Amino acid sequence: MAIELKERPTPPAPRQITTKPRLSDQVFRTVVTIGGMASLVILGLIAIFLSIKGMHILVDEKFNFITESRWEVITDETGEVIEANFGIGAMLIGTMLSATIAILVGVPISVLSALYLTFYANGKLKKVLISVIDLMAAFPSLLFGFWGFFIFMSSAEYWAKLINKYLGFIPLFDVPTPIFERSPFIAGLVLAIMIIPIVTSISREIFDQTPLDRVQAAYALGATKLSMIKAVVIPYGRGGIIGGAMLGLGRAMGETVAVYTVLNVVYQVNWQVLFGAGGNVASLILLKFGEAGPYEVDALMAAGLILFLLTLIVNATADFLINRFGGKGR
Amino acid sequence: MNKVIPAPQKPWQPTFIDKLEDFSILVGSLGVAGAIVKFTGFNGKLGYFFAFFFTLLVANFAFHFLKRGMQAAKDSILQVLTAMAIFVTLIPIVSIVATVVSKGYKGLHWGLLTKDMALASVNDPIASGGLLHALVGTIIMVGGALIISFPIGVLTALYLTEINGKLARPIKFLVQAMSGVPSIVAGLFILSSLIYPVTKALSGLMGSLALTILMIPTIARTSEEMLRLIPNELREAGVALGGTQWRTVAGVVLPAAKSGLVTAIILGVARIIGETAPLLLVSGGGDSLNTNPTSGAMGSLPYYIWKAFLTGGTPEAFARAWGGMLVLLSFIFILFGLARYLSGRKVG
Repeated sequence: MAIELKERPTPPAPRQITTKPRLSDQVFRTVVTIGGMASLVILGLIAIFLSIKGMHILVDEKFNFITESRWEVITDETGEVIEANFGIGAMLIGTMLSATIAILVGVPISVLSALYLTFYANGKLKKVLISVIDLMAAFPSLLFGFWGFFIFMSSAEYWAKLINKYLGFIPLFDVPTPIFERSPFIAGLVLAIMIIPIVTSISREIFDQTPLDRVQAAYALGATKLSMIKAVVIPYGRGGIIGGAMLGLGRAMGETVAVYTVLNVVYQVNWQVLFGAGGNVASLILLKFGEAGPYEVDALMAAGLILFLLTLIVNATADFLINRFGGKGR
Repeated sequence: MNKVIPAPQKPWQPTFIDKLEDFSILVGSLGVAGAIVKFTGFNGKLGYFFAFFFTLLVANFAFHFLKRGMQAAKDSILQVLTAMAIFVTLIPIVSIVATVVSKGYKGLHWGLLTKDMALASVNDPIASGGLLHALVGTIIMVGGALIISFPIGVLTALYLTEINGKLARPIKFLVQAMSGVPSIVAGLFILSSLIYPVTKALSGLMGSLALTILMIPTIARTSEEMLRLIPNELREAGVALGGTQWRTVAGVVLPAAKSGLVTAIILGVARIIGETAPLLLVSGGGDSLNTNPTSGAMGSLPYYIWKAFLTGGTPEAFARAWGGMLVLLSFIFILFGLARYLSGRKVG
C-alpha cells in the first residue's frame, strides 16, 4: 500500500517585524496631531480675519495709524463716510504708560513675595498663602475694575495728591488742572494688583527649581539667606523672572474692562500720569464700538490687530526668556 | 560608667527668646509708628503704614547689627521686605472679598433665581427682577465653550505628552501665546470672522465661540501638566501587554488622569466665567430669559453686573450689581475649591 504523500506543508511566512504603526495608531496620531495644530490654526485665523477687515484702514493711513493721535469720522446725512482719520498713537502711549506703571509697582512686590513664599514661609502658612494667591489670579478683571473704582480710588487719589505735592516739579508728576481721579497712575496701580498673583506664581515656580545642592552649598559656606539668594537664586532665576514680568506686561497691555472702568478714557496724548485722562487700545475699542459705523468698525479691527501683534511679540519674548534663561545658573 | 546620651537639639530653630525678641520689635515698631503719626506731619493709613515700615526696618537692622553684626543686619532687611511684600499682596484680596460680601448681600433675595430683568429696570427696588436670565446665559455659554474647547485642549495636551513630535516645542509656544491673547481681541475675531460675514446677528453661540478661544490654552496647559504626572511605567505596562498606542492612551493614560482632566475643566471654567469684554461685543446681552444659543441676545452674569453698574446710578442698581458680583465670586470660590480638592488627591 502506497502511502499517499501529502504535500509538504509550507511553513508560515515569517512574521513581519516592523516599527510601522498599525492603522488604529496612524489614525490616532493623525487626529491628535490635527488637534494639536488647533492653537496654530486659531492664532492664524485671528490674524487673517482681523487683517481682512482692518487692512484697508492700515493701507490708507500707513504709519500714521500708529503715530498720529486722531480719531474722527465725518459722515454726510446719508451716513456715507466723507473723511476719516484714524491714529491710535495716544492710546498706544496710554497702553505703554499704564502697563509700565503696573510693571514698576507690581514686579518688585511679586518677586519679594515669591522669595518669602519659597524661602521664609513654611508648613501650613505657605500652603494657605499659595492657595490664596492662586485664587486671586482667577478673579475676573471686572471685579478688579469695580473694586478699583469704588474702593481703591479714594486712597489712590490721596497718594497721587501727595506725589504731586512733593514731586510735582518733575514734569511726569505735574498736572495741568488738579484732577486726580481716574488717572493712568490709578489704572496702573489696579493693573499692578492684577498682575501680582501671576508674576508671583511664575517667580515662585522658578525659585522652587533652584538646585538644592547649590543652596545648601551656600549655607554650608556660611552664607546668610540674603547672600545665598544673591549668589544662587537670583543668578539662577533672573531670566525666568524677566519672562514672568513680560507675561504680566502682556496681560496689563491687553486688559480691557478694568482699565475702562478705572480710567477716564479721553482721546489725547497724556504723559502726566497723575492727571485724570488717558486710555489704552483695548478700552478704546470697547468705548468706540458702541456707536461705530461699519467704516469705523474696520478701524477698530485694525487697532485690535495692532494690539494682538503687540501682545504676541511680548508673549513670545517672555516665552523665549523663560525657556532660554529660566533654570540656568552661572 | 554611664553613657550620657545627648538629647537631640535643633540649634537652627528659633528659640523662645528669639521669637520673643522678634515679636517685641514688631510691637515696638507698631507703637513707635503710632507715636510718629501722632506727633509729626504723617497722617492717615498710608502715613501709618510707611512709619511702621521704616521703623520696623531700622529697628530690625539695629537689633541684628548689635546682636550678630553687619551680615545678619543686612539679612534682616530682606526678611522684613519680603514679609511686607506678601502683606501688601494680601491687602487687596482681603479688601476685594470683604467689599463684595459686605455690599453684595444686600442685593441677594430668593427672587434672584426665579425672575429675569425683562419687566424690571436696574433702578427698580431690589425685590423686583432677578438674574435668572444671566445665570442661564452664563451656564449655556460656558457649557458651549467647554464642549468645544475640552476636546481641542486635551488633544493638544496629548500631542505634547504622548506624541511629542517635532512640533511639540512650537505648539507649546503657540499655546502660551494664545493664553496671552487679549480677551477683547477674541471678541473682535468672532465679530470679523462670523458675525459680520455669516450670521449678521449677535447670539449666545457667538459668545461661546469667543470664550472658547480664551479657554483652550488653560485646558491645554493644565491637562498637559496632569498627563505628565502619569508615571511612565503605566504607559510601558500598557505597551508591554500588547496594546497599541491608541489602546494604551485610551485605556490606561486617560482613565488614570481622569481627576486631573476634571481639574483642567474646572480651571478653564473659572478662567472664563467672569470674562466680560468679548461678551459685551458678541453676545448681545438681553434682559429676558433666552435658552436658545443660536438666535437672539443672551444675557450673562458679567453683562448683568456691567449693565447694572453703568446704566444705573441709584443705590438699588449698585446693590444689584454687587449682588451679581457676589454670585459670580461664589462660583469662582466653589470652582477653585473643587479644583484644589481634586488635584490634592492622588493621581490614578
